[in-house]
Amino acid sequence: MSYNADEKGYYGEFGGAFIPEMLYPNTEELRHNYIRIMDEPSFKKEFDQLLKDYVGRPTPLYHAKRLSKKYNTKIYLKREDLCHTGAHKINNTIGQILMAKKLGKNRIIAETGAGQHGVATATVCALMGIQCVVYMGEVDIARQAPNVARMKMLGAEVRPALSGSRTLKDATNEAIRDWINNPVDTHYIIGSVVGPHPYPDMVARFQSVISEEIKAQLKEKEGTENPDYVVACVGGGSNAAGAFYHYLDNPDVGVIAVEAAGKGINSGESAATSVLGKVGIIHGSKTLLMQTTDGQITEPYSISAGLDYPGVGPMHAHLYRSGRGEFVSITDDDAMKAGLLLSKLEGIIPAIESSHALALLEQKTFKPDDIVVINLSGRGDKDLDTYINYFKL
Amino acid sequence: MNRINQKLEEDKKILSIYFTAGYPKLNDTVKIIQDLEKNGVDLIEIGLPFSDPLADGPTIQKSSTAALKNGMHTELLFEQLKDIRKTVSIPLIIMGYFNPIFQYGVEAFCKRCQEIGIDGLILPDLPLDVYLKDYEAIFVKYGLINVFLITPQTSDKRIKQIDKASNGFIYMVSSASTTGATTGFGEEQKTYFGRIAALNLNNPQIVGFGINNAETFDQATQTTAGAIIGSAFIKHITQFGIDTISDFIKTIR
Ligand SMILES: Cc1ncc(COP(=O)(O)O)c(C=O)c1O
Repeated sequence: MSYNADEKGYYGEFGGAFIPEMLYPNTEELRHNYIRIMDEPSFKKEFDQLLKDYVGRPTPLYHAKRLSKKYNTKIYLKREDLCHTGAHKINNTIGQILMAKKLGKNRIIAETGAGQHGVATATVCALMGIQCVVYMGEVDIARQAPNVARMKMLGAEVRPALSGSRTLKDATNEAIRDWINNPVDTHYIIGSVVGPHPYPDMVARFQSVISEEIKAQLKEKEGTENPDYVVACVGGGSNAAGAFYHYLDNPDVGVIAVEAAGKGINSGESAATSVLGKVGIIHGSKTLLMQTTDGQITEPYSISAGLDYPGVGPMHAHLYRSGRGEFVSITDDDAMKAGLLLSKLEGIIPAIESSHALALLEQKTFKPDDIVVINLSGRGDKDLDTYINYFKL
Repeated sequence: MNRINQKLEEDKKILSIYFTAGYPKLNDTVKIIQDLEKNGVDLIEIGLPFSDPLADGPTIQKSSTAALKNGMHTELLFEQLKDIRKTVSIPLIIMGYFNPIFQYGVEAFCKRCQEIGIDGLILPDLPLDVYLKDYEAIFVKYGLINVFLITPQTSDKRIKQIDKASNGFIYMVSSASTTGATTGFGEEQKTYFGRIAALNLNNPQIVGFGINNAETFDQATQTTAGAIIGSAFIKHITQFGIDTISDFIKTIR
């Protein structure tokens, strides 16, 4: 079985491009060109150079000894939190801004929930001197003020999404509408492995540098490229896609996707799409999504804004359905505890998204000689307010 | 013969009106349809509201959100429309996004449409290749016409493919925009309308997006079979209520 997208962007039954005709030329242009451009030596060279000198790659693969001792297994943390701007998101925005330049685009749009992808996009636009508009739900603008300020400092215009529930899914709708209205000069930098083909595949390829590095680093440290497990949190699924990418065809490596259970799977306030979702169409992709029986998309909930998306990328829907991936969901409370624990044991304050992946250690018992790589997708600076309020710090 | 094809054979410019079912009030659907026919409208697009209408501007977004809040859903719309053919004879099209129809079951949905007397569907986010591969046979089985969109950016080659897959009319989106843009028609539209006319397509074209008065209606229909008005109509009934539909139609023709 293949776990990569086929020619038309399908992962098994999931994926494709369910888009209005207005977007057809835009996505066709990308579809025709993205692989060719990514394979160009000049593109590769610039991409690699920027990842190294600007983002700070390779990010360390860190053997977390005290954490390993506590859980009686061998835990490595892939330190995406040390990337410039504080999360893995920038791997994708660097790739896409170079793609946009190759395609001759002079205006960038993006959606953002917590603001991490918005900041990563505003950053690369500043770097390249390209105009940048970021759509953000009105509700999120209010609760993520520091990231809004960062985007402004970086020269981006932050436009409030006022429609629907005024959060991430609506910001995505607004960005897509902007693209419909500006089909020629604008490139849309999607922030995860979601949206119409070729976005899920393109974003996964840009993020795949994560597992490429894990392989080389593990080889050096353990004499093998392959851990027993790779663990990552899944909002839309881009950090997970990157951490899993080069392991998907190797059945000896278990891949574990951690979703946000919010206040509990059955609480009505959750974002555990694999459990609560049904097959449908969201943002141009056929995938699992949370919806009413009538096919209206519902609003998810998680304490972590980055996991607060009602769908998952089609790659993950396929990993779930095919059984290749193990899917686990973690509540707000368990994630918060895991975040505090990592801070105390290893001196690393994780993003709350990443805390969900860490919380797996309480839920699943690994063998003492297992090698478990946890993708630490981001740092906790952006979440200090949430940590402060939660722990009354 | 399907009512849409029949209507297109008449020697007149088609005036088509879009409205969102369940808006302004949940049970306005039938009265709006009846009044539109009474006032000489040729074709009606009944919008099945969706939570995330990607191709729509603020006016239709708001009407959709309000309709859903009012309690509109697929089964209820069918319920409201079940006797519509006793009083209304102009062609009726349901316009909606694909997910609610996919959840209802495409075949079950099409079957209900046929039973009620719906003549066609417009599903902007059901792409041509998926339609041809998975759903064309079902549409044919239930006598439904599927209407595809084209835009100023659509290539001649693609327009010809769409023409081949169409059996009613082609929905010509007037400009690169979501619904409700009001920039009027300029040089770009002139070139576009000319280009499409020169292609000599098998299917007539009806223009939509950005038509809001007699002037834009006349401009849009010079080289085409008709025009569709959506946001301007919804704005009118939002402001003046549904008892003033004749006032609106009079401003168009
Ligand atoms: C640190 C971090 N991790 C994870 C995510 C979730 O996104 P994805 O599932 O695409 O990796 C986000 C999104 O904002 C994030 O900021």
